[in-house]
Amino acid sequence: MNALLLMPIVVPFATAIVCLFGWGHLRLQRALNVVGAALLLIVSAWLFWEVERRGIQATQVGNWPAPWGITFVADLLSAIMVLITGVLTLAVAVYSLAAIDRRRESFGYYPVLHVMIMGINGAFLTGDIFNLYVWFEILLMSSFVLMALGSERAQLEGAMKYVTLNLLSSALFLAAVGMLYAVAGTLNMADLTVRLGQLPNTGLVLTLATMFLVAFGIKAAMFPLFAWLPASYHTPPAAVSAIFAGLLTKVGVYALIRVFTLLFVQDVAYTHTIIMGLAGATMVTGVLGAAAQNEFRRILSFHIVSQIGYMLMGLAIFTPLALAGAVFYIIHHIIVKTNLFLVSGLVRRLRGSYELAELGGVYRLYPLLAALFLVPAFSLAGFPPLSGFWAKYTLVAAGLDAGQYILVAVALVVSLLTIYSMTKIWAEVFWKEAPVEPAAPDTGGIGLMLAPVIGLALITVAIGLGAQPFYELAVRAAEQLVDPTEYVQAVQATGAGLGEGFSLPRNPPLLFKE
Amino acid sequence: MELIWVVVIGVLYAAGLYMMMRRSIVKIILGLVLLGHAANLLIFASGGLSRGAPPLIPPGQEALTGQFSDPLPQALILTAIVIGFGVQAFAMVLFKRLYQRTGADDVDFVRETEEQP
Repeated sequence: MNALLLMPIVVPFATAIVCLFGWGHLRLQRALNVVGAALLLIVSAWLFWEVERRGIQATQVGNWPAPWGITFVADLLSAIMVLITGVLTLAVAVYSLAAIDRRRESFGYYPVLHVMIMGINGAFLTGDIFNLYVWFEILLMSSFVLMALGSERAQLEGAMKYVTLNLLSSALFLAAVGMLYAVAGTLNMADLTVRLGQLPNTGLVLTLATMFLVAFGIKAAMFPLFAWLPASYHTPPAAVSAIFAGLLTKVGVYALIRVFTLLFVQDVAYTHTIIMGLAGATMVTGVLGAAAQNEFRRILSFHIVSQIGYMLMGLAIFTPLALAGAVFYIIHHIIVKTNLFLVSGLVRRLRGSYELAELGGVYRLYPLLAALFLVPAFSLAGFPPLSGFWAKYTLVAAGLDAGQYILVAVALVVSLLTIYSMTKIWAEVFWKEAPVEPAAPDTGGIGLMLAPVIGLALITVAIGLGAQPFYELAVRAAEQLVDPTEYVQAVQATGAGLGEGFSLPRNPPLLFKE
Repeated sequence: MELIWVVVIGVLYAAGLYMMMRRSIVKIILGLVLLGHAANLLIFASGGLSRGAPPLIPPGQEALTGQFSDPLPQALILTAIVIGFGVQAFAMVLFKRLYQRTGADDVDFVRETEEQP
């Protein structure tokens, strides 16, 4: 058993437990929060290094062989996601020290945050589709609490929509998992890859593919299932919406990429064409929705939806280059989007509002903050030489290679409209004169809020200026995704017998017989 | 037997989705509960329905022979029930708090976050 694979799950879990023992001792919890996040970053980087150097890692918890055991697998995509989660956790953990009020802190903000991180890492690392459901529930449950913690009216309203639609998605996911078991007789993802390839009944498999598409589509905020996101993401404190914006929808995108590269590749012309249409619609509706908004975080929320479209575009084109573009886009997007939300929280702290009409004059008073907004904003819109440019460039090149001219045109137009939204925020929040001079802001601990923003902005610039290694990494991750042989072999090497040999004389249900 | 099972699952899904589309917030919860039950029964059926076929290896043999009732879907349901219980309990408390704050059991009144100032 390779314990390193479990460390990104164990560390946040241990942090949360120890924080719970320190209930009522806020100073202890704050220290543990930062130490736990730093430790998580270290083990994530270690895992990433190991996977990068030695290929896909797999392990069986409890040493039961694969179709029955609890499998964890880290391929490059998983390792990248876990590493970014580590970076973001540290950024948000530090930001929270100054940004989260005492009341929320004393009602368990830190333990719940780390439990959510545990769920996210579990979802990235699991090699079993039912366990994916369990990890999803863990991260959802703790995200519900973070969303509602504080019980402001707007938060409760947002949480109600968020909870309802995500539970609907979970019920669908669970039903799809059950039917998948009836069809294939296994839930281990490597085993499923082998068995679904042997299955004659493709009609049933396509039905299942569609069910997974809808279930994960809700979680990834895909068109037309995204309504919960802009209704809820702007209601909790900025630190919470920043980590939600960075990671939660991306877990949905990760799950979509996982199942549509590993399991449902029988009829790519059919399934991935559906995803292509949805990707285009997601981009357009997201960016148009953002254009109509007048609240800092609501604009950013609609842009999350729009950006999800780009990642799905990479999945839909389904060439190695396109998938590399999707992976690169995810890396870039998580860093940039979180940073924009963190900046919005800083503006709120300094100027007391998220409404564009009430803001203004930030550039004159805080030029550094304005510069820190420009880096992620321009990156989001795709200005060279920032990270967003290379992400979009890869996707557009892949689209042109595959002859998907309409989708490429949509992607480019949406990119232009993104600039419109970013300049709107720039003009309203930073450039125009302040409508009213607000009272002197509370600048206590502002350095703790500024440090993560500067760090993430530096990462954005670094990805932009030194794009080559990141690009090569994305290409290698995409190669592993396109050809699942290595994934299956890695699981098989842990002592598992996949495919035939382990198929017991089950009693298949009448409905699913040939 | 399977036909009855299919009808029951279908009715549960229909009822659950219908409840979720009602305007009352309480009925949304009931809808979620029904959907959870429907999914659990679906998994149960996916293991195959059999009677008197325990998954026990007969004495003197190395492996299971013949037909048996698959224990794995039942283990999955057990997990799903526990998760569903926790999630639904949380949702009920959340919706109660929402009712206390807004005073209305109607989704049409829960739109403060959607309106432009």
